[in-house]
Amino acid sequence: MQFTASKQPENCLLGPESDSQRTLYPYVTGTSVVALKYKDGILMAADMGGSYGSTLRYKSVERMKPIGKHSLLGASGEISDFQEILKYLDELILYDNMWDDGNSLGPKEVHNYLTRVMYNRRNKFNPLWNSLVLGGVKKGEKYLGTVSMIGVNFEDNHVATGFGNHLARPILRQEWHENLSFEDGVKLLEKCMRVLLYRDRSAINKLQIAKITEEGMTISQPYSLKTYWEFSAFENPTQGAVGSW
Amino acid sequence: MPKEQANWSPYDNNGGSCVAVAGADYCVIAADTRMSTGYNILTRDYSKICKLADKCVMASSGFQADVKALQKHLAARHLIYQHQHNKQMSCPAMAQLLSNTLYYKRFFPYYSFNVLGGLDNEGKGCVFTYDAVGSYEKVGYSSQGSGSTLIMPFLDNQLKSPSPLLLPAQDAVTPLAEAEAIDLVKTVFASASERDIYTGDKLEIVVINADGIRREYMDLRKD
Amino acid sequence: MFRNQYDTDVTTWSPAGRLFQVEYAMEAVKQGSAAIGLRSKTHVVLGCVNKANSELSSHQKKIFKVDDHIGVAIAGLTADGRVLSRYMRNECINYNFTYESPLPVGRLVVQLADKAQVCTQRSWKRPYGVGLLVAGLDESGAHLYYNCPSGNYFEYQAFAIGSRSQAAKTYLERRFENFADSSRDDLVKDALMAIRETLQGETLKSSICTVAVVGVGEPFHILDQETVQQMINAFEIVGEQEGPAAEPDAAAGQEAAAEQGGSTDEGVAPMDI
Repeated sequence: MQFTASKQPENCLLGPESDSQRTLYPYVTGTSVVALKYKDGILMAADMGGSYGSTLRYKSVERMKPIGKHSLLGASGEISDFQEILKYLDELILYDNMWDDGNSLGPKEVHNYLTRVMYNRRNKFNPLWNSLVLGGVKKGEKYLGTVSMIGVNFEDNHVATGFGNHLARPILRQEWHENLSFEDGVKLLEKCMRVLLYRDRSAINKLQIAKITEEGMTISQPYSLKTYWEFSAFENPTQGAVGSW
Repeated sequence: MPKEQANWSPYDNNGGSCVAVAGADYCVIAADTRMSTGYNILTRDYSKICKLADKCVMASSGFQADVKALQKHLAARHLIYQHQHNKQMSCPAMAQLLSNTLYYKRFFPYYSFNVLGGLDNEGKGCVFTYDAVGSYEKVGYSSQGSGSTLIMPFLDNQLKSPSPLLLPAQDAVTPLAEAEAIDLVKTVFASASERDIYTGDKLEIVVINADGIRREYMDLRKD
Repeated sequence: MFRNQYDTDVTTWSPAGRLFQVEYAMEAVKQGSAAIGLRSKTHVVLGCVNKANSELSSHQKKIFKVDDHIGVAIAGLTADGRVLSRYMRNECINYNFTYESPLPVGRLVVQLADKAQVCTQRSWKRPYGVGLLVAGLDESGAHLYYNCPSGNYFEYQAFAIGSRSQAAKTYLERRFENFADSSRDDLVKDALMAIRETLQGETLKSSICTVAVVGVGEPFHILDQETVQQMINAFEIVGEQEGPAAEPDAAAGQEAAAEQGGSTDEGVAPMDI
């Protein structure tokens, strides 16, 4: 295992990487999160894998968590950094509740706070290695936004992180509409997750779907998708590859 | 464990083009609404235009997180200015503030390419154009961002601004009428989105004149 | 001659459980020209009396905009008031920078009160000599708070502070039950009436008062002089027709007595005024 980066000038402004306390690359990572607005709120999906490089190291990582009463947070990227973020948010929500004055932070406020946190850490050259998705409903207002590890942030009707940007969003752009019912929303998310499962090597077939509406939020039990691998081309993949083992 | 990520960079380029044209009694500021990273489109509806004061609007492209930070910083500074002076900041004052703000981060710059447009104290259109570290110049029209290499020569050709080398200095505002300027801006973006993959989806046009601020939209190529 | 032994610094208690320096600071509030505030479910109106220090000077500004949704009216040391409103402005800007939403009024008021409280517990500090009426709007509706140099704060339907505020308080106490459903203009009218009460016979003119409004769909702003004069004319509040000048006099008498400090009554600390 090599910790030091190869090319590093002697008089580097930041000092040698070997004795720095920064995340230079992630260790245990989660893959895509996909989320969309539907008729009554927000739906979000993420699998439960935690990869150590290309080793599937953890298989029941919950990557979607409720934040306060109105928000739901999904994360891909470094799992430990995500847990650190959850610690910040726990404190934020606790202090917010302690005022006990009838005001509360909604999804917009939490998203903005997260954006500040991510951007401040990138300014210190010490990023939190995540792409975050924040969804929620407050006062009948649906909210769905995302932040990257360098602070790039935006809102949209549907968002996805990592591979989801390549594979899920084209499907979402084609099939998403304002009046998706809960059932259709789940079907659409499952379609995205299935494509990701087939094509993203670090995706695993154990996922959760989370729902947040004005009434509250639920995060489903882990379940798996029906898959079909019996295509003839899959049966003997090395056949015809002469000289290969 | 092998290192899979490329070396981390604090910057990204989220693309986008901005244009501003000043006339005798108006100013047109426009930008597309696409936000990209690499070959991905992150969103097709992100406004790059920010109203900084009653008669002052900024369009910015580059790294979205820096642009957002810059916009919020200027908004806060403008609030303080209003508290202290009981009036809106003028466009030339905001132009200087923007320059100072950018230069303040000279050695860890905001990766943002801005054009600032509005009306000056006489009600005449003015445009200020910047680089990422705060050099700026008052001009009659300008373009910044990923499509600027396509747009700028086109504007030069159409607007035939008097040379800045002429003595005595000649006014740089364009001779066009407001409606003509808006048409020109539309054409310019339709053209840029043909060749620049970071420009497209939708065009947002802000027009400032004596009546106030007005917004218009036009669809652009979505591919 | 009697000399108070317990009022030489803020951190010294009197045996009766009082902090005289803090009470003196509150006395400064009473001596400043009056400020009043009142609220309905949707609007808050602040008003104040402008008194010039001399014939040759203009009056000081006593109502400050803090943010689009918050404003303050002050009575007491204007300089302290300015410092505190600058603090409040900064807090609003900072909150807005992190959350892109307006700072809830009640929270700002608590922060402000905590700041004032610190000055009552440090030997090297002095309490702020200013009372603030904080008007604001947030997701739980319209609010009016009074912040005191002691670090206490209270929420009110309507309140008045400063010199001769007792007359305005009496007026407001008589009418506050109608305020909750008042229209904005009726609220402004009541504000002007309450201000008039503090004038003691002097004619109410737009030149000697300032009125500010914040409410649903209406960011905090100070009404310009013409508008105020128009309202005074429209409501025909000119003044000079009231008689009971005795009431404020009695109040003034009490105030004078309170000024004597410890020598008068050994009752409860009047910190909650």
